[in-house]
Amino acid sequence: MRIGIPRESRPGETLVAATAKTASRLAALGYDVVVEHGAGEAADQPDAAFADAGVRLGDDDEVWSSDVVVKVNAPTDEEVAGLRRGATVVSLMAPARSPELVERLAAAGVTALAMDAVPRISRAQSMDVLSSMANVAGYRAVIEAAHEFGRLFTGQVTAAGKVPPARVFVVGAGVAGLAAIGAAGSLGAIVRAFDVRPEVAEQVESMGAEFVRVEMEQEVSSDGYAKEMTAEQEAATAAMYDEEARAADIVITTALIPGRPAPQLITAETVAAMRPGSVVVDMAAANGGNVAATVKDEKVVTGNGVTVLGYTDLAGRLAAQTSQLYGTNVVNLLTLLTPGKDGVLALDLDDVVQRGITVTRDGEVMWPPPPVQVSAAPSAPAAAVAAAEPAPAKAPPDPRRTWYAAGLAGVLFALLAAFSPGEFLGHFTVFALAVVAGYYVISNVAHALHTPLMAETNAISGIILVGGILQVGTASNLLILVLAAIAVLVASINIFGGFLVTLRMLQMFRKG
Amino acid sequence: MTDFLTSEHLHGFIQGAYIIAALCFIGALAGLARHETAKQGNILGMGGMALALVATVLLMAQQNELAADAPSLGVAVLVVAAMMGTGAVIGAWRARTVEMTGMPELVALLHSFVGLAAVLVGVNSYLQHGAGHDTVHDVEVFVGVFIGAITFTGSIVANLKLSARMKSAPLMLPGRHWLNLAIIVASLALGVWFALVEGDDGAGVGIVPLLAMTVLALVLGFHLVAAIGGGDMPVVVSMLNSYSGWAAAAAGFMLGNDLLIITGALVGSSGAILSYIMCKAMNRSFVSVIAGGFGSDGGPAGEDRDYGDHREIQADEVAELLSHASSVVITPGYGMAVAQAQYPVAEMTRRLRDKGVDVRFGIHPVAGRLPGHMNVLLAEAKVPYDIVLELDEINGDLHDTDVVLVIGANDTVNPAAQEEPGSPIAGMPVLEVWNAKDVVVFKRSMATGYAGVQNPLFFKDNTQMLFGDAKDKVNEIVAALD
Repeated sequence: MRIGIPRESRPGETLVAATAKTASRLAALGYDVVVEHGAGEAADQPDAAFADAGVRLGDDDEVWSSDVVVKVNAPTDEEVAGLRRGATVVSLMAPARSPELVERLAAAGVTALAMDAVPRISRAQSMDVLSSMANVAGYRAVIEAAHEFGRLFTGQVTAAGKVPPARVFVVGAGVAGLAAIGAAGSLGAIVRAFDVRPEVAEQVESMGAEFVRVEMEQEVSSDGYAKEMTAEQEAATAAMYDEEARAADIVITTALIPGRPAPQLITAETVAAMRPGSVVVDMAAANGGNVAATVKDEKVVTGNGVTVLGYTDLAGRLAAQTSQLYGTNVVNLLTLLTPGKDGVLALDLDDVVQRGITVTRDGEVMWPPPPVQVSAAPSAPAAAVAAAEPAPAKAPPDPRRTWYAAGLAGVLFALLAAFSPGEFLGHFTVFALAVVAGYYVISNVAHALHTPLMAETNAISGIILVGGILQVGTASNLLILVLAAIAVLVASINIFGGFLVTLRMLQMFRKG
Repeated sequence: MTDFLTSEHLHGFIQGAYIIAALCFIGALAGLARHETAKQGNILGMGGMALALVATVLLMAQQNELAADAPSLGVAVLVVAAMMGTGAVIGAWRARTVEMTGMPELVALLHSFVGLAAVLVGVNSYLQHGAGHDTVHDVEVFVGVFIGAITFTGSIVANLKLSARMKSAPLMLPGRHWLNLAIIVASLALGVWFALVEGDDGAGVGIVPLLAMTVLALVLGFHLVAAIGGGDMPVVVSMLNSYSGWAAAAAGFMLGNDLLIITGALVGSSGAILSYIMCKAMNRSFVSVIAGGFGSDGGPAGEDRDYGDHREIQADEVAELLSHASSVVITPGYGMAVAQAQYPVAEMTRRLRDKGVDVRFGIHPVAGRLPGHMNVLLAEAKVPYDIVLELDEINGDLHDTDVVLVIGANDTVNPAAQEEPGSPIAGMPVLEVWNAKDVVVFKRSMATGYAGVQNPLFFKDNTQMLFGDAKDKVNEIVAALD
């Protein structure tokens, strides 16, 4: 089957659905890959790079007539019209918010797979473009803020005076929020973050930020996304947002609720009360924004000198990186869709991931898919308890029992010794002391030398040769002589083999 | 000559030589405690052995002089020299030609020789002195032959399993524990019979219980080890090492020879300690290992849990990952030995170190088929020993490690040991590789390890799988590092 990678038609779009690297990985899955001339220019993927990677370049007719078309943005009306009937198109589609697109795709008789509808289960993480793009966008949000901010992020003490570190407040600790926390922290800022899901506090703290807590009842998310809060909860958090934003130099908001407009968290009064020179980056601008003053795709400076950034192309501003990540997500998806690695796309609707992304199939509308439970949070504690139960902790043995056993053994041995000849006891003394000496000597041997140790003990246990030699010397008949001779033979193999192999091993060990 | 051989002084001289030899052996083992002193230790051991042999030949000459119907001294010396010469040639040849990956087999084979020698010396001791005169001596002979026979067949089975000439899966006979118990009880009964034989001078009825017990013990040794799976062989080989020592000590008791007793006790406790260390490293009791049967259900352990998806990575991407890392830890396992990948791994290590990457190795105590096996393989490939660290030394550093390469290891890096109380390997100390920034697992396929437990490590977010033959893949990485 042929995969076509078209040039994105949206004005100002910098991304491409495959880089030279990911295109050659698609080819490795057995597909014939065609990339439209100039598709990767804006993402530092010139035609020459594709050609070097052995990927074929073609014109838009050839690309759009492919069996599978992979792009970044949802196909436009003309593009949908250009698709073959029965073809498959893979892109971001936001199917929940664009019913007309779904209908058009169905009418065109194509199979449409929405990259942004990958369910948030751990198995599908490698195809989750929203996470990939949010990660890049979160980083870029900090960079944009730093660009607008008139001060350093990191605190310093210089000859020209002390520079306080910037205070960054991040709202929403999803992928974008965590990426922003990481980037801001690396620049040296003091980062505080809030999320309505208290279970992410640990992740926030692991990134080096402080998690802001609000005294209120909270709920555990079951689908991996945050939910809209109740009225009382909202009242309690509003005060916190106001307080944190006023204290911060940089505010980055990432709060999104899937399928609904973004909640407005930072009011106009709060922005008005922020210090001049402060920067607010609203990463939810595409969905209406978390900040009252946000204008989509614009930079706004308020009356009191606060810059509010509503850019929606943050990921696109790092085109090379985002294209690489998007392309890898595509490769991972197509790997799943190509079980035979034979270049034949086989959609399995029993698989929750594949079902989840299927918007239309051969003209039939498949949206919305049945809900998927996230594997992470729920039911795990119950299972762990059940697993722990059949193996109750062993009670430590009564220390007295050990003493009793030792005492009993001592008495028995003394009785036995009383009936033993003196010669035996003499030998036994030697034996007991040798065991103790052996215990202490061997306990000190380094683990790395255990194999040489075994070979060495092998060699010295060949000392049984002594018995054989003595028996050869005193053999009273041929049978004894032969048996003793064999004993001498095998024991000496041991001695020579053991010592020499130990020597060989020890000579190999060398210090760097 | 006769005066010299029968003199009191010579006897004292021999005993003195034996004491020095015994001290040399203790010194040899003590020397192995550290890399710096290991070679001196080995030389000390050789010296002790040479001294012991000279003294023993003198002792033989003395006893030969006193014995009534012995072969002439010349014949005896000739026989001993011929046999030792042959043994030396065979031993030296094996020591020179053995592959380091084949060390476990060789060690097991050498154990079987000690076992065989102990059986022969024990039977000979009966043939010379008979039974029923001295109960203590009878018991010594009997015990020596018993341990020797178990060591002999047990080691041969271990050798066959390790060299893959016998299936490494455990042999599961119905009622196998009862079979073992029956053999032990029967041997005890035969022992009582042997000790109660009247006035047997070595050609009487005493041979019947002795040989019957020998056969039973041979069967027991075979069955004991056959019931233990290939992955538990480190414990088995250590255990057989211990047995070979006890067999030598028993021979020392029956011959009244302190040097044999001391050496046997040293070797016996050495093997016992090694077995203990191995068992602790697997969080299993010694009894459960010896009882065998572990790891028999080779396939995935019947759990239909959704662990998620694993991610694949290609060799050139690994090379890129490695060249951008500042610290790399490699955790090899038995798979590295099987694939003979130690040379390319060493080459990769050398190149990365030349680039200034801090490369170290983390060795789990039960990695490989012999205690310390991985260390020897890496040393063979000229990896300096000071970057090869133990479990406890490396575990704390894994947090700050950029990339961990898991080559042919599975159970020893399984987080289930810490996270799942119901897992068969729960509580086993493991290398916490998942704490590193990136983990690359070299593996042939997604099959489970020896314990038959699925490894959640493969499905972690920071883990990537590199499928294929470890040697080929490491070679590809080395090529891509240029």
